[in-house]
Amino acid sequence: MTTTVLPRVTYINVKHGVASWLLTKDHKRIGIMYMIVVSFAFLLGGLFAAGVRIELTTPQGDFVSSDTYNRLFTMHGIFMVFFVLVPVVPAILGNFVMPLMIGAKDVAFPKLNLMSWYVFVIGFCFTLYALVSGGVDTGWTFYTPYSSNASNTNVLPVGIGIFITGFSSILTGLNFMVTIHRMRAPGLTWFRLPLFVWAIYATSLVMILATPVIAITVGMMALERALGFGIFDPRLGGDPVLFQHLFWFYSHPAVYIMILPPMGIISEVIACFSRKNVFGYSFVAFSSLAIAIFGFLVWAHHLFVAGISPYSAMVFSFLSFAVAIPSAVKVFNWTATLYQGAIWWKAPMMWVFGFMGLFLIGGLTGIFLASLGLDIHLHDTYFVVAHFHYIMVGGAIMGFFAGLHFWWPKMTGRMFSDSMATLAALLVFVGFNLTFFPQFILGYLGMPRRYHAYSEEFQVLNVLSSAGASILGVGYALIASYLLYSLFRGAPAGANPWLATGLEWTTQSPPLPENFAVQPVVNEGAYEYSKREIKVA
Amino acid sequence: MLEGIPLFPEQASNLAPEVDNLYFGITAITAFFAILVVVLIIVFAIKYRDKTGQKVGAPITGSIPLEVGWSIIPFIISMGIFVWATIVFFHLVRAPEQTLEIYSTGKRWMWRFQHLDGASEINTLHVPLGRPVKVIFTSEDVLHSLFIPAFRVKADAIPGRYSSIWFTATKTGEYHLFCTEYCGTKHSGMIGTVTVMEPGDYQSWLSGGGGMSMASRGEQLFQQLGCVGCHLDNGSGRGPALAGKYGMQETLANGTTVTVDDTYIRESILTPQMKLVAGYGPVMPTFQGLVNEEGVMSLIEYIKTLPPAGQAAAPAQAQVTP
Ligand code: HEC
Ligand SMILES: [Cu+2]
Ligand SMILES: [Cu+2]
Repeated sequence: MTTTVLPRVTYINVKHGVASWLLTKDHKRIGIMYMIVVSFAFLLGGLFAAGVRIELTTPQGDFVSSDTYNRLFTMHGIFMVFFVLVPVVPAILGNFVMPLMIGAKDVAFPKLNLMSWYVFVIGFCFTLYALVSGGVDTGWTFYTPYSSNASNTNVLPVGIGIFITGFSSILTGLNFMVTIHRMRAPGLTWFRLPLFVWAIYATSLVMILATPVIAITVGMMALERALGFGIFDPRLGGDPVLFQHLFWFYSHPAVYIMILPPMGIISEVIACFSRKNVFGYSFVAFSSLAIAIFGFLVWAHHLFVAGISPYSAMVFSFLSFAVAIPSAVKVFNWTATLYQGAIWWKAPMMWVFGFMGLFLIGGLTGIFLASLGLDIHLHDTYFVVAHFHYIMVGGAIMGFFAGLHFWWPKMTGRMFSDSMATLAALLVFVGFNLTFFPQFILGYLGMPRRYHAYSEEFQVLNVLSSAGASILGVGYALIASYLLYSLFRGAPAGANPWLATGLEWTTQSPPLPENFAVQPVVNEGAYEYSKREIKVA
Repeated sequence: MLEGIPLFPEQASNLAPEVDNLYFGITAITAFFAILVVVLIIVFAIKYRDKTGQKVGAPITGSIPLEVGWSIIPFIISMGIFVWATIVFFHLVRAPEQTLEIYSTGKRWMWRFQHLDGASEINTLHVPLGRPVKVIFTSEDVLHSLFIPAFRVKADAIPGRYSSIWFTATKTGEYHLFCTEYCGTKHSGMIGTVTVMEPGDYQSWLSGGGGMSMASRGEQLFQQLGCVGCHLDNGSGRGPALAGKYGMQETLANGTTVTVDDTYIRESILTPQMKLVAGYGPVMPTFQGLVNEEGVMSLIEYIKTLPPAGQAAAPAQAQVTP
C-alpha cells in the first residue's frame, strides 16, 4: 500500500476556485459543502452545550443568568437537531457515497441537489441571525402558548429558518428516492443494494412525508405570534396540546431521519470488517422500512402527561413497544454477523462497537419511557435527556463517525492514523457514558430538565456529567486534528484500503469527477466477501 | 464520597412502591438483554479477530428460525411490560371516589394551592398522611407541569383545562415539588415543598389558615356576578337549574352529550356559547375577565355542593375530616 500515489484527476482537483465549488453540480462536492456547514453548526451546538455543562456544575445558577441559560440549551437543541443530526448522514455521506454505491454518475437532479444546499444555508443564516441578535429561549420544541405569545425572544426568525431548512430535507429526500429508483447500475437489483442505500431510501420517505408537517406547524405558530390567529393559545380559542400533536408528528419520525442512515452505515462497516454477509440481509433491509412506517404512529408517546385520554395513551404506548422490535432485530442481526467472521480491528469498526453499546442503552431505556406507569414519573426529567442523547449522539453521531472513518479514504484519497482514531473512539465512548449515564439516575431522582438551578442533592451526579462532557470534547477535538492532518499529510489510500465490497471501492480515491471510468455492472449481492479468494498473509 | 449520591428518590406515597417495582422489573429485563448482547459482541470480536485483514468470514447469510425467534420473544416480553405498566398507569390516573380535593393554579413562576375550607398557600402544599388527596389544577398563562418525585406523580398544567394528580401520602416529611414543563425565565424557580403531616396536625394547620371556604366564596361570587338571576333553583329562570347537575350527563343543543365536570363548568362560565345546553338560547354572557381562575374554581366548588332539587342543602362548608 505504501507505493500508491494519489490519482491525477479527481473531483477535487478537476476545477479550482471558490466559484467552482459554489456552482458545482457534483454530488461529491455538494456532500463536502454540507460537511463544512454542518461541522460549523456542530461546533456552535457544542459550545452551547459546554455553557450548559459549566453552569450545571453548581446547584446555584451562577455562571450565566437564567435567561442566558435558557437561550443556551435552546440554541444547543436547535443547532444540533435541525442543522446537525437531520442532515449529518443523509446530506453528507448520503450525498457523497450513495450515487457511488449504486454505480451512478450523480444524483437524479444535480441542480436541485445544489439548490437544496443553498436552501439549507439560507435557513441556517436565518437561524444564525436570530442567534446574534439575541437568541431564542423556547426550547427546541417551541411549545405553545409560550412560543406564540409569552417569549419575547427571536422566535420568528428561528421559525423561518427551520421552515426554510425543511425544504432542503424534502428536496434531498425526493432527489435520493428518484436516484435510487432510476439510476442503479445494470444488474443492481433491489436485493443487491447495500443496506446503507436501503436506509437512505427509508429515510427519504420519512423526510418527504414528515417534514411538511413541521413546516406547517411552525408556520401556524408564527401566524399566531405575529398576527394573533387563534390556533394554539386558549385565550384566542386555540388548543395548546394540538401543537404538541403536530410537532411530534414530525419530530418523532425525525428521530428516524437521524438514526436510520447511521444504522445503514453500521451494516456496511460490520460486513466489511467481519468479511461476511450481513446476517439476515432482507430482515435488516425491511426493518428500515418498518421503522420508517411505524415511526409515524407513535407521536403521542410524548404527550402521556399532557392530558390525552388514558385509552389513547394506551394505544400509543402499545405502538411504541411495537416500533422497538425492528430496531432490536437489527441489533441481533449485527451481532450475529460477527459470528464466525474474520474481524479486522480497524478504527471504523471500533466506532461501530461504540455505537452498538450506546445504541443498545438508548434503545432499551426507550422501553422505560414507552411504559405508561413509568413515563409519568420520568417525563421531562433528565432520564429523557439521557435517553435521547444515547440515541442521537451515542447512536447517530457515533454511527456518522463510523461512516466518516470508513469512507474518509474514499472522500479524500488519504488515510488517517488508525491508532489515533481508535483512541478517539475510546475517548468519545468513555466521555459519553460519563456524561449521560449519571443523567438516568438524576432523572429517576426527579431532576427536571431545562433547570438553570437545581437542588443540592443532585450536584455530585451533575459534576460527573460535566466531567464526562469535557472528555467528550477532547475526543471530538482529537478527531478534528488527525483528520485535518490526514487531509494534507495522510498516506495515499488507494482505491480500496479496507478491501471492501461495494461499487464505491471499485473507482479511484478520490473518485473521478464522473465517478466511474466505465459504467459498472453488478452480478452479485452486496457483501459477497466469502466468495473472495482467501489471501493468506 | 459515593454514599453521598442518592440513587432513588424517597418513597412517600402509596403509588411510589408500585412505580419503583415496575422500574426495577424493567431494569432487570433490559439489563439482561443488554449484557447478553454486549457479552456476545465482545466474545465474537475477540474469538474471531483477524489481525491481517486478509481472511474472509464464514459464508453464513441468515436463518429464518433465528429471525422469527428474536422478533417474537422480545415482542412477547415487551407485551408483558406493556400490560404491567398500563395497570400501574391506571392506578396513577384513576383517583378513588372519595378524595380530599385541593385546587391549584400555576402561573409564571409560582404554584398557588387553595384548600376547600379557605386556607391557601403559595409554593407550599400541606397534605394529611394516609388520606387520598386529589390536586385539581390549571394554568393561568403558559404550560407548566406539577411534579412530586417522592410521590411519583406528575401532570401538565394546561391553560383552559383542568388536570389532576392524586396520591395518598405514606410518610410524614417535606418533599420537593417541581415545575417540569419549561415555562420561561424562572422555570427552575417554580418549585416548592410538599409537607405531609399527621392528620391531627393537618387539622390544626388548616384552622390556622382562616378565610372563607371555597364553596362559600363561590356562593358569594354566584350572587355578585348575577348568576343567581338566571340560574334559579326551580329551573324557571333563563338558564338551567344547576343543583344536582355535577357529574350528570347533559344533552347539548347539537345533540351530543357531555359529562358535567370541572372543565365543562369552566367552559360554561368563560365561553358559554361554545356548548349550548339543549333547549336554551345563547343568552349567557361570558365572564372572561370578570372572574379569575380561583374564582372559577370556587364557583365550581359551589355548584358541586348544591344538592339535587328536593334534598336539603348540605352545609356549604366542605368537609375536611375523613
Ligand atoms: C343571562 C342569564 C345567565 C347568566 C347571568 C348566567 N347564566 Fe349560566 N347559563 C345561562 C343559560 C341560558 C345557559 C344554557 C345555555 C348555555 O349552555 O349557554 C347557561 C348554562 C350554564 C351552565 C351549564 C349548565 C348545564 O346544565 O349544562 C353553567 C355551569 C352555568 N351556566 C354557570 C353560570 C355561572 C357560574 C354564572 C355566573 C358567573 C352564570 N351561569 C350566569 C344563562 C345565564
Ligand atoms: Cu418519540
Ligand atoms: Cu412552570
